[in-house]
Amino acid sequence: MEPIFHDLLAAGGGHAVAFYACSAVTIAAAILMVMKKNPVASVMWLVLSFIGLAGIYVTLQSYFIAVIQVLVYAGAIMVLFLFVIMLLNLRREDIAKMELPKVPFAGVIAAILFFVSVFLVIKASTPAFEKPVDALLGEPALAGDSVRAIGIPLFSQWLLPFEITSVLLLAAIVGAVALTKKKL
Amino acid sequence: MDFWIDDIGWPFIKIFIIANVALMMVALLVWAERRVAALIQDRLGPNRVGPLGLLQPVADVIKLFLKEDLTPGHVNRPFFIIAPALTMMPAIISLAVIPFGASLIIADLDIGILFIFAISSLAVYGITIGGWASNSKYSLLGGIRSTAQMISYEICLGLSVIGVFMLSKSLRLQDVVLMQGDGIWLFGEHYTGIMGKILDWNIFKQPIGFILFMIAGFAETNRTPFDLAEAEQELAAGFHTEFSSMKFALYFLGEYAAMISIGAITVTLYLGGWTFFGLENLGGSFSWLTQILIFAVKLLALQFFFIWVRWTIPRFRYDQLMRLGWQVLLPIGLANILLTGVLKLIFKV
Repeated sequence: MEPIFHDLLAAGGGHAVAFYACSAVTIAAAILMVMKKNPVASVMWLVLSFIGLAGIYVTLQSYFIAVIQVLVYAGAIMVLFLFVIMLLNLRREDIAKMELPKVPFAGVIAAILFFVSVFLVIKASTPAFEKPVDALLGEPALAGDSVRAIGIPLFSQWLLPFEITSVLLLAAIVGAVALTKKKL
Repeated sequence: MDFWIDDIGWPFIKIFIIANVALMMVALLVWAERRVAALIQDRLGPNRVGPLGLLQPVADVIKLFLKEDLTPGHVNRPFFIIAPALTMMPAIISLAVIPFGASLIIADLDIGILFIFAISSLAVYGITIGGWASNSKYSLLGGIRSTAQMISYEICLGLSVIGVFMLSKSLRLQDVVLMQGDGIWLFGEHYTGIMGKILDWNIFKQPIGFILFMIAGFAETNRTPFDLAEAEQELAAGFHTEFSSMKFALYFLGEYAAMISIGAITVTLYLGGWTFFGLENLGGSFSWLTQILIFAVKLLALQFFFIWVRWTIPRFRYDQLMRLGWQVLLPIGLANILLTGVLKLIFKV
């Protein structure tokens, strides 16, 4: 057995197992999402991937982020995606006609970017495995009241960026209404 | 080995008990719905199977099990099969964070209510996917209607409870329960008389929020007056037109499971949860039993209200439903948050 994995199991037991299980679900669902030809199936796999990601957040003890991940992405945004796809009413033959553009150059670039990002992730995460497992599996101080831990900095230290984001969202809403309603 | 007992054993037993009690309550509700409907329409209702007809749900379930499980040839099979389960699941899962007693809670999360909203936001997939996978016009229209309705009213549901959490200063449901019924704080004084205790329930401190939550709750569970997803005269049976046998039963029972989960949330947030002005401590070391009973009585009273409304009020038209959701309930919900903040400053609650 790998020493790292052994340490994780020894110290964090269930957490480590849950972490790797959620990671496997997330990655497998993400791959299936890309591979499925039926767009509705893709949406459902992406939802499962988001739920797996939320599971990873739970094992890292950031419940708030996990719940928001499910609530906003899986529960709201993906429902709208599904809605639009259903209303587009793509037929099977239309889907079959769609093929990836055969540009070898694009494939090469995508492969290079993929390996660079994997390399960077591995490089960045190596020191973390030398830390004690408790530190790896989330800060206990944050776990007590994760809402307060996020809310107070958000509304004091980061108030200006937060408000600017909300104005941006407002602009997007107004834009969407202006686009769909011809006569206001 | 403490790990296996404390982290695996006890939670598993609690989950087993709560999930099964919830399913029993679903069966009871199906019976109650038919009996109350009969009462309201001056009929007898099912009264032959067992005492008072109480075993009627058992007979119904056996019938549904034995029926042919027909999967039409034109459906999208994998989605057609998982869709009914996707409807039932969220309602049962959201019971995980509901406190049924002082220590009777599966997961005492500090984000309790957000967990419920996150899980119940997934309920919409069961109906959407079911309607789409059926490959029939009635089903698709029913599914799409229901999706639009549920996402519209989910926003209202979320806004209506914010007032409660402004008062409790915590998202943990156990804190919300304990905050109610111990006497109201007004202008820095603690009134612990019986009136003070009654007025401490959130239904009196958040009346607007309570009404909004109930309306949105009816819409979220697809109950009359918001059951447009299955409006017979327009859409046959809506999203579940093509489903038969246990797949239909899962949709049918899923509605009742959702009623129980919305009811349990309402009891916890607005009606004092498992407390009843000191009565919850009755019975010494068996007080947990009293607490469950208190919770069950409140929950059943609320379910009676749900059924009562269904057999009294006619269905909305679809444009009325959307107008009510977006142009009436949403602004009121936002105003309620502002009002709560202002009143909180004035009364120093």
